[in-house]
Amino acid sequence: MKHFNPDEKGYYGQYGGAFIPEMLQANIIELQEHYLTIIKDESFIVEYQQLLKDYVGRPTPLFYSNNLSKQYNAKIYLKREDLNHTGAHKINNTIGQILLAKRLNKKRIIAETGAGQHGVATATTCALLGLECTVFMGAVDIERQKPNVERMKMLGAEVVPALSGSQTLKDATNEAIREWINNPKDTHYVIGSVVGPHPYPDMVAKFQSIISEEIAKQLMEKENTDKPDYVIACVGGGSNAMGAFYHFIDNGHTKLIAVEAAGKGVDTEETAASITLGQKGIIHGSMTYLMQTADGQIIEPYSISAGLDYPGIGPAHAYLSDIGKVTVEAVTDEEAIQAAFHLTKTDGIIPALESAHALAILEKVKFNPSDIVVVNVSGRGDKDMLTYSKYFTHEK
Amino acid sequence: MKNRITQLFKRKDKEILSIYFTAGYPNLDNTTTILTHLEQAGVDLVEIGIPYSDPLADGPTIQKSGQIALDNGMTLQILFEQLKNIRETVQIPIVLMGYLNPILQYGVNNFLQQCAVLGVDGIIVPDLPMEYYKQHFEEACHTLNISNIMLISNETSQERIRQIDQCTTGFIYMVSSNSITGANKDLNTQTDYYSRIQQNKLNNPTLIGFNIHNNDTYKLSCQYSSGAIIGSAFVKHITANGIAQNSINNFTNQIKNNN
Repeated sequence: MKHFNPDEKGYYGQYGGAFIPEMLQANIIELQEHYLTIIKDESFIVEYQQLLKDYVGRPTPLFYSNNLSKQYNAKIYLKREDLNHTGAHKINNTIGQILLAKRLNKKRIIAETGAGQHGVATATTCALLGLECTVFMGAVDIERQKPNVERMKMLGAEVVPALSGSQTLKDATNEAIREWINNPKDTHYVIGSVVGPHPYPDMVAKFQSIISEEIAKQLMEKENTDKPDYVIACVGGGSNAMGAFYHFIDNGHTKLIAVEAAGKGVDTEETAASITLGQKGIIHGSMTYLMQTADGQIIEPYSISAGLDYPGIGPAHAYLSDIGKVTVEAVTDEEAIQAAFHLTKTDGIIPALESAHALAILEKVKFNPSDIVVVNVSGRGDKDMLTYSKYFTHEK
Repeated sequence: MKNRITQLFKRKDKEILSIYFTAGYPNLDNTTTILTHLEQAGVDLVEIGIPYSDPLADGPTIQKSGQIALDNGMTLQILFEQLKNIRETVQIPIVLMGYLNPILQYGVNNFLQQCAVLGVDGIIVPDLPMEYYKQHFEEACHTLNISNIMLISNETSQERIRQIDQCTTGFIYMVSSNSITGANKDLNTQTDYYSRIQQNKLNNPTLIGFNIHNNDTYKLSCQYSSGAIIGSAFVKHITANGIAQNSINNFTNQIKNNN
């Protein structure tokens, strides 16, 4: 199986790299020099896979949905990342990075979080592996994602409000980076998506690639092929999509669809469709597409889903989109809500609002009856009950 | 056209005082007034910060001044318009300090051309990688005689310091302690690092910046380098005391302990 790698400077074509202040260089160079050696080390692989199996509950099921298959006249499979411990794919990465941090003798973990899923996964892993944990979260997000804030605190993490800028995910990321600059020696920064300076996009992609590795194996058992016709996943920064696409990028067959949050529509100002609408530039140390003004100031995006509410996109996605290996679609808040209610009714699965964006694509693509379609259900919808219940009450 | 930074360091190799302020703060049209008052107050060099929505290396003081400047409507284009006739009045070297993204959107060549036309002598772009500088900036910087000033910190390896010295013209910006701006880290814990750099015999002179805020920290910087750069402390000062000549004189007098 061919692996998808950036060049040695961390570029995917013209995207990626490490556009960072000198004060961050020592930390980044340390990671760049060691990450591949560590994650390829046999004892690391054993420890990582053991935890994924016994603690996270992997492999996650690849569920053949009879009801969706009938409705959309294709073979529809759901990759159940929502069944991971903590309720989303995020923990695949936090376990990987925190094991790696231990091998670099780091004593303290910092992370950013938007909706709180990555923060909870980080706090969980730190509790398990015995590291101190600080999570930066936009003050606005702390208000609207209270249950996840409480979970992180119960898990022993300190939750620090990001008070700068728009007080959401991008600012939480800025604050985490600043904290790392101020504490260069003993601290590791666990980025939650395939964004940030090299080696983060590649490192996170590799930890999340377990998703596509399992899909290939599971399809081989069920359909006698390791090449699905379609893989569909939502993208904010793009970590679950990168994980779900990884082993299929170069197989010359699978159509990969990345679904952005259109918010209230790509023709409105309230949107988070960074590839569809973004311009090339730099965000969080990486050259990629981002939503910005003509003067190069980063724009705060909008989506009903806090996990897709990010103004940039992982550099690998920018590249794959440019060269046509990934098709990018945008789904509105309304379409995502409809898709979430639909899956709940047909299959008894309440998906996360993020994952609902991917599910909404089923309405938009014309499949052949023999097509094998995999939708990555990146997380479960418990955290979104407040949003869902507003619509639920409204429908009644 | 001579580069005023190079000339300054030829003329003076110690006790240089460089002051940073954010363009468009406290008010949109304060740029030339602050520049003039800084020169009158005896400051040797000024750094004008280009405000940015996501300044990764800056602490709360400079972040906030940048946000207010952006709210005031400051853009690179407006800053260049404000600097149009600046060389008729101000003679000290001027450096523009800003993050890469707004410069990319403006266009690297356009940006450097404008700097040259207006008499800006140098640039500091903290998130500009060395390789990217070599590919996209170096040639134009040399042709237009604009200094590229790069940063080093106590965490920068010896090998990297040598490389940075090669890519730098004018002076090296020595970060006093690995931190964001205005972090109040104690400079006295870093004197080994300052001595090490002093003994390195780099091609470029050095100025120490970050966390310099009073006469003690200024003097310490001068002991180990050609002088000091002050940003957050100055921004705080004008926030509290305004930008009148008196206020700015008071600030520089406090720093230099001229009573």
